[in-house]
Amino acid sequence: MYNNLFNFSDDLFSELEQLQRQLVGRNIVSNIRPVARGSFPAINLGSTPSSVEVYAFVPGVDAKSLDIQIDKNLLTLQGERNLVLPKEDNKLTVYAQERFSGKFKRVITLPDDVDVSKVTASYKEGVLHISIQRRAEAQPKRIEIQ
Amino acid sequence: MTESTNKTVAPKAELATLRPLVTIVEEESGFTLTAELPGVPKENVRVQVENNVLTLEGEIRLQTPEHMESTHAEIGSAKYKRAFTLSRELDSTKIEASQRDGVLTLHIPKAEHAQPRKIEVQIG
Repeated sequence: MYNNLFNFSDDLFSELEQLQRQLVGRNIVSNIRPVARGSFPAINLGSTPSSVEVYAFVPGVDAKSLDIQIDKNLLTLQGERNLVLPKEDNKLTVYAQERFSGKFKRVITLPDDVDVSKVTASYKEGVLHISIQRRAEAQPKRIEIQ
Repeated sequence: MTESTNKTVAPKAELATLRPLVTIVEEESGFTLTAELPGVPKENVRVQVENNVLTLEGEIRLQTPEHMESTHAEIGSAKYKRAFTLSRELDSTKIEASQRDGVLTLHIPKAEHAQPRKIEVQIG
């Protein structure tokens, strides 16, 4: 209650946009693996004719500790990020702790035509980028007329 | 693969900005502020103090293949921005900043004269 009253946003536009998304979301069909708003890590997906691109925003994580698995067309990303905060005492005060700490797991449904043997993953500036190729036979072909 | 801005993944980059998540800790020597800016390369981070307001800004740059279409976006903007009012005892000219794995760490020291002193109360 107190938080709602006094937590003024310095970014009204993004707050409104989030609110709008929430309202619109009531009418659309949910995924069987729904994701709460603000889940960690946030994920963006992209698609090209030859690949599926996954971007997971996992800042401050040791890339080696990330566990990525693909089983059929499900991609599972698991890991742990433990933020060690200094202990509060009369000389130290923690004013804000918004950052996620603990174990996390996200599951993403991939399209049916992905080739799980052709996956590359890289970690840069806190973003894990996984690129999965689509199967060659599923890609559009241009047919030459003889 | 081409290095490009995030316009395909985040089509509404200009409309809204993301609010970076932070941790703020105060010690006797000053404040330590950690802010999450995943996807922002060092050269795209701006830290500025003006009129006692500390502003953090960053722009995401991702490696995206050509002709990529966004199909799902939980990060719906390419820009992070957040501002904090500093208190007078902080020395904004001596802010130290470092960045690693998408996390920006700022140390904002207190001015020498503002550091706590134990005051002896004379009873007599």
